[in-house]
Amino acid sequence: MLESPIQQYPNIRGEVTSVAPALKVTDIHKSFNRRQQGLPVLKGVSLTVEQGEFVSIVGPSGCGKSTLFHIVGGLVQPDSGKVWMNGHEVTGERGHISFMPQQPALFPWRTIEDNVILAQEVKGISKREARRDARKWIAKVGLSGFEEAYPHMLSGGMQQRASFLRALLSPEELMCLDEPFSALDALTRSDMQRWLLDIWEENRRSVLLITHNIEEALLLSNRIYVFSSRPGTVLQEIAVPFPRPRREEITEDPTFLALKRDLSNWMKEEQHKMQILR
Amino acid sequence: MRLWWNKIWPPLVAVLFLLGIWQLSTSLFEIEKWILPSPINIAREVLTESSRLWEHTLATVKLTGIGFTIGTSVGLLIAIVLHSIPFLKSALYPLLILSQNVPTIALAPLLMIWFGFGLLPKIIVITLVCFFPVAIAMMSGLRQTDPIMLSYMRMIGASKRQIFVKLELPHALPSIFSGIKIAATYSVMGAVIAEWIGSDKGIGYYMMLQKSSYRTDRVFIAISIIVMLSLTMFAIIALLEKWFVRWNRRQES
Repeated sequence: MLESPIQQYPNIRGEVTSVAPALKVTDIHKSFNRRQQGLPVLKGVSLTVEQGEFVSIVGPSGCGKSTLFHIVGGLVQPDSGKVWMNGHEVTGERGHISFMPQQPALFPWRTIEDNVILAQEVKGISKREARRDARKWIAKVGLSGFEEAYPHMLSGGMQQRASFLRALLSPEELMCLDEPFSALDALTRSDMQRWLLDIWEENRRSVLLITHNIEEALLLSNRIYVFSSRPGTVLQEIAVPFPRPRREEITEDPTFLALKRDLSNWMKEEQHKMQILR
Repeated sequence: MRLWWNKIWPPLVAVLFLLGIWQLSTSLFEIEKWILPSPINIAREVLTESSRLWEHTLATVKLTGIGFTIGTSVGLLIAIVLHSIPFLKSALYPLLILSQNVPTIALAPLLMIWFGFGLLPKIIVITLVCFFPVAIAMMSGLRQTDPIMLSYMRMIGASKRQIFVKLELPHALPSIFSGIKIAATYSVMGAVIAEWIGSDKGIGYYMMLQKSSYRTDRVFIAISIIVMLSLTMFAIIALLEKWFVRWNRRQES
């Protein structure tokens, strides 16, 4: 018997689910047809998210990050390449991820409590059972007193907390976060990053985060994939060396600043290439 | 309560004012009663006719209720089916619109010939006027489902059925209700037309009877009963809407 080189990580409920990576994407190619011409969007993208690992993708806008998410979510079939989750191939299959979109996308006719249990409901978990869990968590993420409120009564930051909680409570292990804080103002954003850091370090779910914000990626992630401009490929893979639990002070650490500078330069270069191509 | 009163008194005063002018001009210009009866004449006639009126009104209410329920259900069903099968929608949508271009008043006698004088042709008439606003409103409501929420539901692997029940249907509720409100007022009209053509009871029948004996005052009574029925139907649906769509932001402000 071969011994697995991968460490086992307990999930949110303290059980060890699997030793295979939470997500493994191998050599994904995808192009879209536009005016009879193939427009390549992803060109040989491979990446891995280990169990309980926080991984970010940064890249210039229009680098195919969202397409990659749609492929992982099973909405879009890749031209070639495979998607693996927990050791099973799930290419083109839906319903294996928990998802937090860019906008909160809370349902206005549901109370906050009923909104955060939506992902569980879709998975066939009974409402009563889901609600019991939700009550406890709503208080934990600082939304107590808003259980019966409707989404429009909440601020943007609070709506994103509810949206994150909805993803967190989903029984699917891998959380895909699609630029979750990009619609928030700078102050709320840094507030939410700290909040997410705390919540995540307590639960250690497997996370794949798409972001534009380099500092956000460095602060939160174990590893960062830097994407090139279209067609998207992985330019760099960076392991973020700071130990957990992290404090916000690491943003002033010289190593942090050096990494941030390097990443910014790469991003600028890629953005520049993109403009020349147009 | 005060807010409610502030809203209600201006139109109330306007109506009373108009009734006053009506009353004054009938006596001032000595208009014949069979041409234009005065409001007081009409009110007096209500008292003498009350038991007969009650009977006819009840019959119309019953017919309207049955027709409205069936018509609205047909409308909802058509919208659901056409929404879930796009091919059927493109095939049948023009037919739906065509069905509304046939004047009810012309169709009703044909229905009597085909189906006799029973309940069935009357219900068909009401259904024909009711289903359309409901079906059209619901289909446009379903089509306008928020794309971000839709893509969220797809990403988390919701089935077509789950997407319909948990997202599209509640999202379309305000539109559905605006369609049902129109259907509610139409249903009274449909019932009256059906009673004109072939019936021995109901407000529509009563109205035809009184018209042929030049009892203008009684025709006016029939008209006011029809108006009140329409308003009541509308109010009931509006109340239901308030209950079902209580999350709606626009309703609160």
